[in-house]
Amino acid sequence: MTETPQRPLRVLAAMSGGVDSAVAAARAAEAGHDVTGVHLALSANPQSFRTGARGCCTIEDSRDARRAADVIGIPFYVWDLADRFREDVVEDFIAEYEAGRTPNPCLRCNEKIKFAALLDKALALGFDAVCTGHYAQVIVRADGSRELHRASDMAKDQSYVLGVLDEKQLAHAMFPLGDTVTTKEEIRAEAERRGLAVAKKPDSHDICFIADGDTQGFLARRLGKAEGDIVDESGARLGTHEGAYGFTIGQRKGLRIGTPAPDGKPRYVLDISPVDNTVTVGPAAALDVTALTAIKPRWCGTAPTGPGTYTAQLRAHGGETEVRAEPVDGELRVTFTEPVRGVAPGQAIVLYDGTRVVGSATIASTTRATTAA
Amino acid sequence: MAYLDHAATTPMLPEAAEALTAQLSSTGNASSLHASGRRARRTVEESRETLADALGARPSEVVFTSGGTEADNLAVKGLYWSRRAADPARTRVLSSPVEHHAVLDAVHWLGEHEGATVEYLPVDAHGRVHPGALREAIARAPEDVALATVMWANNEIGTIMPIRELADVAAEFGVPLHADAVQAFGQVPVDFGASGLAAMTVSGHKIGGPYGIGALLLGREHTPVPVLHGGGQERHVRSGTLDVPAIASFAVAGRLAAERRGAFEREVGALRDRLTDAVLAAVPDAILGGDPAPGGRLPANAHFTFPGCEGDSLLLLMDAQGIECSTGSACTAGVAQPSHVLLAAGVDPDLARGTLRFSLGHTSTQADVDEVAKAIGPAVERARAAGLT
Repeated sequence: MTETPQRPLRVLAAMSGGVDSAVAAARAAEAGHDVTGVHLALSANPQSFRTGARGCCTIEDSRDARRAADVIGIPFYVWDLADRFREDVVEDFIAEYEAGRTPNPCLRCNEKIKFAALLDKALALGFDAVCTGHYAQVIVRADGSRELHRASDMAKDQSYVLGVLDEKQLAHAMFPLGDTVTTKEEIRAEAERRGLAVAKKPDSHDICFIADGDTQGFLARRLGKAEGDIVDESGARLGTHEGAYGFTIGQRKGLRIGTPAPDGKPRYVLDISPVDNTVTVGPAAALDVTALTAIKPRWCGTAPTGPGTYTAQLRAHGGETEVRAEPVDGELRVTFTEPVRGVAPGQAIVLYDGTRVVGSATIASTTRATTAA
Repeated sequence: MAYLDHAATTPMLPEAAEALTAQLSSTGNASSLHASGRRARRTVEESRETLADALGARPSEVVFTSGGTEADNLAVKGLYWSRRAADPARTRVLSSPVEHHAVLDAVHWLGEHEGATVEYLPVDAHGRVHPGALREAIARAPEDVALATVMWANNEIGTIMPIRELADVAAEFGVPLHADAVQAFGQVPVDFGASGLAAMTVSGHKIGGPYGIGALLLGREHTPVPVLHGGGQERHVRSGTLDVPAIASFAVAGRLAAERRGAFEREVGALRDRLTDAVLAAVPDAILGGDPAPGGRLPANAHFTFPGCEGDSLLLLMDAQGIECSTGSACTAGVAQPSHVLLAAGVDPDLARGTLRFSLGHTSTQADVDEVAKAIGPAVERARAAGLT
């Protein structure tokens, strides 16, 4: 049962300048809502033009969004949220990497910017909802409460990056793309049919505030080079790196270790220790995680009171895995039915009951099947 | 639906539209020698005479441009280059800090790329440059001043500058003074000949003429270095084939602007006063921008600062009620910036973000004022709740 509103809502459509958010805004307007488009200026020094296929923060993107709004026939504004974005997303991203964790800035942006700073302002100005081009579904139950579900098209599902939304935020969220099974080609065709010039615009990838896609370079510029050791599980020095923050648990490429492992198998990042600036590497099997503890849980609805069995997603494009999870002392304790590989602290774990998002939490520590180092 | 953004652009006068369309189907390059060219040239020259008459200038002092921005650039850059060429010591450019960006960015560019020393004249709390300030700035080193530029009336807050007095000071030292009169034309008496200005900018679409046409009124003793080089039209200072239909239409609008100016000041001024009263009644802590004295501001301008509000929020809320106005200030990449005019006038930066400019014009009615009176109170209340981001 997808939401079919009884009355037209005043909707603020966040428009990045890309095809998804443009079609989402168009669908909301077509459904009879009173839609106003807004482009979020998130960069203090926006580049004039897009470079490559990345980013959503250039002046050209803002113009694309405005052009789409004009074609849809809705008012359009640019709101400057660059300060909030820098504090809540960019600085958080850097601090997390510096602490040896692997953050997800898109999730943080949804939590702190789109469904907090933007939503709060929208509500104050008399809007009922914020609409985005995310692929996820909001389902209204008979009692009026709301559930967040995976998109009808699992391949496109983005409920993971929305898992941080609580019920209050969900009550004012609208995702017009989530309840139809549509390929990207079909969305582009729909944009074309609607006369939206962004129909052929390339998808954005990666992290919007790192325009050249070079996360390592970005971190190095912000955090400076800090040479340290790469060691194996016994502590033997295998090589050096230029900053422990540049690594992610489970990473295989870019280690630049001269000597091969004794067994000839590839080595992976097992552990990042910012305190002594050391990166530990080892075999794939040592990455197997059997349990984890996650902090700052957020629940889409009532928090569970005891242990339960869920499916969990651990990365933006990761698969599902079965877990037992229980809230304990404000944390979330999770054990995996089967060991999973490459779980990085800092990432979110999102719990699902079928297609329904139950809640999410930030991974703080993991328990390995075999002891690393 | 209330259109209250005439300072951005005002609807074309029917007479001007008629003059434009009447010319559109005629062929003729005004520089050609054959009959078609002669016909076009006659239209251009008659238009030039009409416009000169409306502005108290001689026909030869009217240089047609593509609009206000080009005329400002030609005056500021062209006069800087020609004055410096005549004497390399002349590198100082005096400007008010409340100019339109067409002047402000041009003088800034001269400072960045052409070795100019740009000096911004102090303004009072109403954004007005006083003749004494200009005198002080020039007298410090009269020989190194290339030019001075001060707008006739401010586009955001409507403050009228003492142009005649400023021009007298400049003339005393032999310094050419340029004034951007885009907002003043049609609203206050603008007489180029009597003003003592060296150069003055006017624009077509702000007075009910077409877009894409303007003029630089240019004293005959001044020959700015061209910005556009080419066929040598317009006294060799502005090359390019003349836009005959736009020029004909601009002249009609210019003549009517001058003829109807007194009635405009009376009638639109009275509407503006009612709008101001209504806004201040609905929002008692709103601050009227610019000079509150009737003779000190443009009759069609009403500018307000609403403490605790984001101008953008107000704009959105008014737009949703069918009221079209402006924050008055320029934006960068679509993001509203605190008004440089208010900042120069000493207004607190947070306050300078919460502005709305209502600018009336020849199509404004009491119904427009009534709509604003009804909508402004609730809009300000909402925008305050949304706060400053």
